[in-house]
Amino acid sequence: MITLNHYLILSGLLFAIGVMGIMIRRNVLMILLCIELMFNAANLAFVAYARAWHDATGQLIVFFVITVAAAEVTVGLAIAILMARQLNSLNADEADLLKW
Amino acid sequence: MTEAVFFYLFSGVMLTAALLVVFHRQPVYSVLALLVTMFCLAALFVMLGAYVVAALQILLYAGAVLVLFLFVVMLLNLEPDAMARIRPWRRTGLSIVVALLFCGQFLGLLNRTRAPLAISGDAGPLGSVEELGRLLFTTYLLPFELTSFLILAAIIGAVTLARGMWKRE
Repeated sequence: MITLNHYLILSGLLFAIGVMGIMIRRNVLMILLCIELMFNAANLAFVAYARAWHDATGQLIVFFVITVAAAEVTVGLAIAILMARQLNSLNADEADLLKW
Repeated sequence: MTEAVFFYLFSGVMLTAALLVVFHRQPVYSVLALLVTMFCLAALFVMLGAYVVAALQILLYAGAVLVLFLFVVMLLNLEPDAMARIRPWRRTGLSIVVALLFCGQFLGLLNRTRAPLAISGDAGPLGSVEELGRLLFTTYLLPFELTSFLILAAIIGAVTLARGMWKRE
């Protein structure tokens, strides 16, 4: 019998893997990809709760999250391309011009 | 019984693909592994009765956002020098500790919820187009209109940034 806790544990594991990815990867594009992974984990939690409480609001929130993620990926990838052209590197450690 | 089999199958494939996203060296394979993750997630959405959200996940997320990612990864992959400076194994230990801490905190949150609700069986009209459409155009009309503003802002931002990129060349 699959309960709500199963889906929540899965969502938490996926989120934790995304957090690990953000800390491990140095490529800016891969960091953005791990952020997308965390979005998906949150979406799973939303849909699981929507089913558990028999309320479609959770699914609607997922609709908005997907839209916001698309907008954010658009601007984030444009920034990443500009950074690659400017610094000649996609390493997040090398974007330290604002460091004091 | 069959639901449990499908749940563990899809969640196993999804977690394996998520680990591939994090730990694979080549960025293109990471993006493709995320694509597999999103497809498994769409299957889990269908199991939870959210049919519209599953379709939107495949159409929008996997079909538009990830394709954009793939384009940019392959575009920026033409410079082998930029890719060679990446050493992804630096903070693996610390990140595993952080992830375990997060999971432990999450498990503490789990036990304090109400009685675990069984979510198998038929969902009824919960995830249908009519239900979501009704909510989207009555209760959640304002967020719906605001997302159009958000997309407009993202478009203007991306076009402005792209113009700056062309000017520099």
